[in-house]
Amino acid sequence: MLKDKRLRFIIGHYGSGKTEFSINYAIKLVKQDKKVAIADLDVVNLYFRSREKTDLLEKLGIKVIGSSIKGAAVDIPAISAEILAPMQDASYEAIIDVGGDPAGARTLGMYNKYFVQGEYDMFFVLNANRPETQTVEKSIEYLRKIEDTARAKVTGIVNNTHMLKSTTVEDVLKGQELAEKVSRKTNIPIKYISAIEKVAKELPKNLKGEIFPMTLYMREEWMV
Amino acid sequence: MAKVLMKGNEAIGAAAIKAGCKYFFGYPITPQSELPEYMARELPKIGGIFLQAESEIAAINMVYGAAGAGVRVMTSSSSPGISLKQEGISYIAGAELPCLIVNIMRGGPGLGSIQPSQTDYFQATRGGGNGDYRLVVLAPANVQELVDLIIEGFDIADQYRNPVMILGDGMIGQMMEPVEFKEPKQRELPEKDWATTGTGGNRKPNIINSLYLAPEELEEHNVKLQAKYKTIKENEVKVESYNIEDADVVIAAYGTTSRIARTAISQLEKEGYKVGLIRPITLWPYPYSEFDKINPNCKGILTVEMNTGQMIDDVKIAVKGKYSVYFYGRTGGMVPTPNEIIEKVKEVYGGEK
Repeated sequence: MLKDKRLRFIIGHYGSGKTEFSINYAIKLVKQDKKVAIADLDVVNLYFRSREKTDLLEKLGIKVIGSSIKGAAVDIPAISAEILAPMQDASYEAIIDVGGDPAGARTLGMYNKYFVQGEYDMFFVLNANRPETQTVEKSIEYLRKIEDTARAKVTGIVNNTHMLKSTTVEDVLKGQELAEKVSRKTNIPIKYISAIEKVAKELPKNLKGEIFPMTLYMREEWMV
Repeated sequence: MAKVLMKGNEAIGAAAIKAGCKYFFGYPITPQSELPEYMARELPKIGGIFLQAESEIAAINMVYGAAGAGVRVMTSSSSPGISLKQEGISYIAGAELPCLIVNIMRGGPGLGSIQPSQTDYFQATRGGGNGDYRLVVLAPANVQELVDLIIEGFDIADQYRNPVMILGDGMIGQMMEPVEFKEPKQRELPEKDWATTGTGGNRKPNIINSLYLAPEELEEHNVKLQAKYKTIKENEVKVESYNIEDADVVIAAYGTTSRIARTAISQLEKEGYKVGLIRPITLWPYPYSEFDKINPNCKGILTVEMNTGQMIDDVKIAVKGKYSVYFYGRTGGMVPTPNEIIEKVKEVYGGEK
């Protein structure tokens, strides 16, 4: 697991679960004794951003790069210049958590020269329970629009179909059906099937893509 | 329709459209901007109108006009933007126009912060505008209830010809949760024969107005308004209670805070404490009589809010001095944790279970 290219860009529809996937990915990677950086490029969302979890991530030895302006709650689309560090310094394994939708992916335009074919991965996080990405056509439309804005190609699909803490195996399989159709039409492989641990354990083993058990770091205990 | 995952702000837009609202006038402000964005994208598809006004003041007066023409109309904002709308809200209440106003609250005073708060309770329930008027104030605690209250809110507005406010904190707007769009209970709604839809030469013009220069007339108008508010108080109180007849301590909380309180209560029960909850769903009319059902030997009522103490005034009115009333609050955009509430409940217990 996680043997992806050194630079992993995580994109997708607004609210598809990019941040939760990115944090889980970074934590799994650091547990393999890698030098890990997570960059929060989200200038679209103002709540539930990965930078809110800076303390937790730094304690685990992960470098967190967020806004150039200090404070988790700032309403300013400022991105730290430090983001270039993991892009240029090849000793880092990097996860770049990009804002939702084409609007959020616009920030990627300025890093275009780091999108060298074969040297990066860009994962499209797909949640079939979000109203805007329930059909193949709409999902591909989002995928292509984000690719166009980012000026880079998606290299893998992440089936992250969930219903938060009440996710069932059926939710994931419904998403898998959608992800497989999107995959067939676009020739982009399904890389991961992410699900909360108790669901991940119950999933059939013959699915396309690797099963990726998730801990919900962004949900407080009182949330569903 | 199957359940989908939606952010609160998106769900408000979807629910309003489901309720037949085709007109939205607003001005963006964090943390509710996803709502005008949703409306900008979706309303043109159904032949409606989304208009980003030049200011909140303009937006609320556009709502006044559209509501006067008899259509279902909505505006939304967050705390400082709602402050700007107060004059228009008072006019709308005075002219007895139905509309929905959404306030996704952020920290204050002034520009404050963009993080969640409940600091506009006074403004919503006591009126930020001038005059003896009332808004029906609905306070959802999760995204599903938000959807249901938006849909019912339009009906309440039409039934009583009164503006309805949805009061949610930033967390409700930003949080993603499963929702489904159910068919609402049908209410008997009166014809809008007062609306300014054109006389067709067949009747006298309808006039939408809040100006009554003759004192006798204005007093009469106010008497009529108060009679309407009395009916609303009798018919529209909504509250959810948990274990209050048996509790040693009762928590009073609404919206997001009530959910955190509920988590704290589950934990306290495991430790042998008996804690109840009163969760007002309507903040006006306030569920005062619910507090009459509390265990007479209850040690105290703990009000928990994301402010420095506003709903506590209504709790004190409700308990009529029968119980000691305590307060715990966080402010500035800080969200209380279940543990903080647990500690406070134990303090009210005074060490003995």
